[in-house]
Amino acid sequence: MNISHHFDDATLMAYASGSLPQGMALLVACHLHWCPHCRQRLAEAEAIGGALLAQIEPMSLKADALKSVMDRLDLEEEIPLPQIRPVQTATDLPAPLHHYLQTNLDHLPWKRLGYGVHHIDLNLKGPGATRLLKIAPGVSVPHHTHAGNELTLILRGSYTDEFGRFSAGDVADLDGEVKHQPIVDTDQDCICLIATDAPLKFTGLMGRLVQPFIGL
Amino acid sequence: MNNDEPLGGDVNAVLSIAEERKKEMRDNWSARLTSLAETRDKAVFASLFDYFAPRLKAYITRLGMPPATAEEVAQEAMLSVWRKAHMFNAEKASASTWIFTLARNLCIDRMRREKAVEYELPEEEPDPEQRDQGEHLILEERMRDAIATLPENQAQVLHLSYYEGKSHSEIADQLGIPLGSVKSRLRLAFSKLKAHWGEEE
Repeated sequence: MNISHHFDDATLMAYASGSLPQGMALLVACHLHWCPHCRQRLAEAEAIGGALLAQIEPMSLKADALKSVMDRLDLEEEIPLPQIRPVQTATDLPAPLHHYLQTNLDHLPWKRLGYGVHHIDLNLKGPGATRLLKIAPGVSVPHHTHAGNELTLILRGSYTDEFGRFSAGDVADLDGEVKHQPIVDTDQDCICLIATDAPLKFTGLMGRLVQPFIGL
Repeated sequence: MNNDEPLGGDVNAVLSIAEERKKEMRDNWSARLTSLAETRDKAVFASLFDYFAPRLKAYITRLGMPPATAEEVAQEAMLSVWRKAHMFNAEKASASTWIFTLARNLCIDRMRREKAVEYELPEEEPDPEQRDQGEHLILEERMRDAIATLPENQAQVLHLSYYEGKSHSEIADQLGIPLGSVKSRLRLAFSKLKAHWGEEE
């Protein structure tokens, strides 16, 4: 996989610190599965957490804390350790998303959103929304800006917008200061995972017409 | 007679001994954690507990957990250390970084009130930039020194993000600054810390 668009440092720091909403964290985990470059950067962002943990002002535990944990160690020994292996999948999906969907992209109950656009809402808890979007060739998503952050991971196909060309494995990491209008630029559907931490704001007439229905 | 020279020399010697001591202490945590996986020695576990459990309790408290929960999760995190010690790889992270990620994941589970999936990252491909254990230890020492030199406004967003688990939007609201400023402060802090990380490469 030839990945040329990566996360913003600030996004990896939010993931490392555990402060991303669930859907955005899922999306980050998916890209990490594909991207050794971002895995290395995440290790750096987590090392900040390690250094901060080492230098925090310690707080005493209850007097019997060590004893009660020590008493539990032997019990722990008796529980067989689950063997955790990286999930092997025959699909083109990154393992975390496959784990969540339990099927591949072609067997999903896609719902029509508008001309050439289908979606699946992942119905994750927390602020914002997480959904899969399938956009037909030549179709463009209405011009929109973002109230918060929007992460997009391309799973299949490609699109082009004001920032360049995005194909499978690439992420677009956008915040409220940008306005963009992606257009699918090959004869293949473009399927992407989109996670936001606040509602999108569509601009222009098309956006105003479409937003109440999309509810993105 | 020159008084400066021996004095300067002594100070440097004392400094380098202090540096060595600090490094040795830290070396120990990763080495001890590695040996815990092999020996299952409870005395080793107790020493890790003494050092890390009070730090974990402080971290979990700052994330916003009530005191009783913080106590419980800190103990649970230490049990995870015992249970998962065989998964610790000193070539990939220092002990405090690995324990930080264990505690962070437990806290995420608690806050979501449901088990989050722990995504195992692929192991197969050898990383050309793989660091050896020594490098990680030096890195963490540097990282700590570097955090201390960050400008106040960068240290503040780092603390709000890592210690308090605040999202970028929450930090923006709390500080009354635009979202973009929160992200640019974090980026600046990261690139400064990375400069320390990469100094010897």
